[in-house]
Amino acid sequence: MSDDLREARRPSEIELGRRDFRRRQTGRSVAIAVVSTIVFAVIVWITIINTPGWSAVQQSFFDPATWAKAWPRVFWGFLLNIRVLLVAAAGVAVFGTLLAALRTLRGPVFFPLRALAAGYTDLFRGLPLIIVLYLVGFGIPGLRLSDARVPAEVWGTVALILTYSAYVSEVIRAGIEAVHPSQVLAARALGLSRGRTLRLVVLPQAIRKVTPALMNDFISMQKDVGLVSVLGAIDAVRAAQIETATAFDFTPYVLAGVLFVVLALPMIRLTDWYSARLRRREQMGGVL
Amino acid sequence: MTASVLSAQNIWKSFDRRDVLKGVDLDLAAHEVVAMIGASGSGKSTLLRCLNLLERIDDGRIILDGEDISDPRVKVDAVRARFGVVFQSYNLFPHLSVLSNVTIALRAVHGMSRRDADDEGMRLLGRIGLADKAHEHPDRLSGGQQQRAAIVRAIASKPAVLLLDEITSALDPELVGEVLALVRQLGDEGTTILMATHEMAFARDVADRVLFLDGGVIVEQGPPVQLFDAPQQERTRDFLRRFTE
Repeated sequence: MSDDLREARRPSEIELGRRDFRRRQTGRSVAIAVVSTIVFAVIVWITIINTPGWSAVQQSFFDPATWAKAWPRVFWGFLLNIRVLLVAAAGVAVFGTLLAALRTLRGPVFFPLRALAAGYTDLFRGLPLIIVLYLVGFGIPGLRLSDARVPAEVWGTVALILTYSAYVSEVIRAGIEAVHPSQVLAARALGLSRGRTLRLVVLPQAIRKVTPALMNDFISMQKDVGLVSVLGAIDAVRAAQIETATAFDFTPYVLAGVLFVVLALPMIRLTDWYSARLRRREQMGGVL
Repeated sequence: MTASVLSAQNIWKSFDRRDVLKGVDLDLAAHEVVAMIGASGSGKSTLLRCLNLLERIDDGRIILDGEDISDPRVKVDAVRARFGVVFQSYNLFPHLSVLSNVTIALRAVHGMSRRDADDEGMRLLGRIGLADKAHEHPDRLSGGQQQRAAIVRAIASKPAVLLLDEITSALDPELVGEVLALVRQLGDEGTTILMATHEMAFARDVADRVLFLDGGVIVEQGPPVQLFDAPQQERTRDFLRRFTE
C-alpha cells in the first residue's frame, strides 16, 4: 500500500537532479575502474611473457600433457584431502567447543580444568602445525600401543584437530564472552542448569556472533589438510610430488593447487557474503 | 491472613562490603500482590534476586511453601523453577522464536514433550494476542509485546511466586499500559506477585500491599491507601513528595 503510494509520487526536480548526478558519477567510476584493471592486467601479462625464461617456465609449470596425465592420481589424492577435512572439521567442532566451555567455567573448584584448557590452547597455538604433524605422526606410532598399522592420514587428522581446536576454542570463547550476562541470568531464573544454559542459550548465540571468524578458520584448514602429505599419506600434494618426479615437470603441483583453490572458493565467497550481511544488519540505516 | 507462600526473614546482603539489604523481613500470602517502591539503589532488585537465589544471601532465611530454600543442600535450579521472573530489559532469548522462548523451561526443566509444550505455549500466547507472532523472533516485536511475551514465559511453568523487576522502566510510555494490564489480569486471577516498580498509580491501583524500601530496610508498609495517602514515616513522605512534584 505504502509502496504503491511512493511509486505514484513524482520526485521533486531537486531530487531528480541529484539522482541524475549520482548516476553520472557512478558511470564514470565504473568506467575508470574497468579501464585501469584491464591496463594493469595487460601490463603484467606482457611483462611475464616477455621474460627470457617464460617459455621454459610455461613448459615446466603449465604443460597440458602432464596436466592430463597427472589428473587421475592427483584427483584421487585430493579426495583423501576432502575426507581428512570433513573428519577434522567435525573433530575440531566438538573438541574446540569443549575446550571453550572448560575455559569459561567459574569457581575455584574448576581451576585445574581451566588451567589445563588454558595451557593446551597456549601450547597448540604456539606450536607450528608441521611440528605437531611430525610429533603425532611419528611419535605416537613409536609408542607401539598396538600392532595394527594406523594409516598416516589418521595421524594427520589427529594433528589437525589438536592444532585447530586450540584456535577455534579461542574464537568460540570470545563469542561466549560476548553474550550479554543478562541472558544467563534469564536462563538461570527459569531454572535451567548451568549446562543447559550453556547449550541452549549461550552457545547458539555465541556461535552466531563468531561465524565469520569460524569460517575463516575452516578455509585456513582446507589448505592445511595438504600438510598430511609430510607423513606419507598419498593426498593431492603427495600425488603431485610423485607425478612431478616421473614427468620432471611441476605442472602436477599447479594442478593440485588449482584443486585446493576450487574447493576453497565457495567457502570464501560464502564467508564474504555472510560477513557483509552481518555488517549491513548492524549498520542498518546508515550510509557510511 | 492465609498461609504465607514466601517468607523472608532478616535478609542481609552486601556487595564489596557495602550493605545493600540490612535485615529485611517480608511475608507474601497466597494470591497477594505486593508492590515495592523506593529510590534506585534502595535494594529492591537485590531483594528480588536474593529471593529466587540468583544472589546468595549473607544472612537470614527464605522459606518457600514451608521449605527453607536458603539451606545450601536444596537444589538451586529446582527452586528457581518455582519462581517466575520478569526483568526490566525483557531478556528474551534472541536466537529462539517467541514460542520457543515461552516453552524452553517447560521442555528443558519440567520435561514436557515438545508437542504438549507447544500447545501450552500457543494457548498462553493466544491469551495475550500474540499467537500470530509465535514463530517470529523477539526482535520483530515491539517492546510492549516483548515484555508481555517475557511475562508469559515466566508464568508458563505455573510458578508459586511471580517476581517483577521494574518491568515497565525500559518501555516507551505508550507501551506501558498493555504490560500493566496483563499484570493486573494475572493479579485478579490469583497469581502471587511481588514487584519492584516506579509506577505509583499502578501500585496504588493493583497492589494489596505496598512496601517502601530505603537504605536496605523496609521503612514502612501497608495497604496502598494508607501508604500513599497517610504515610507514617518522614522518609516515606519525602520520597513520595519527590515523586509527585
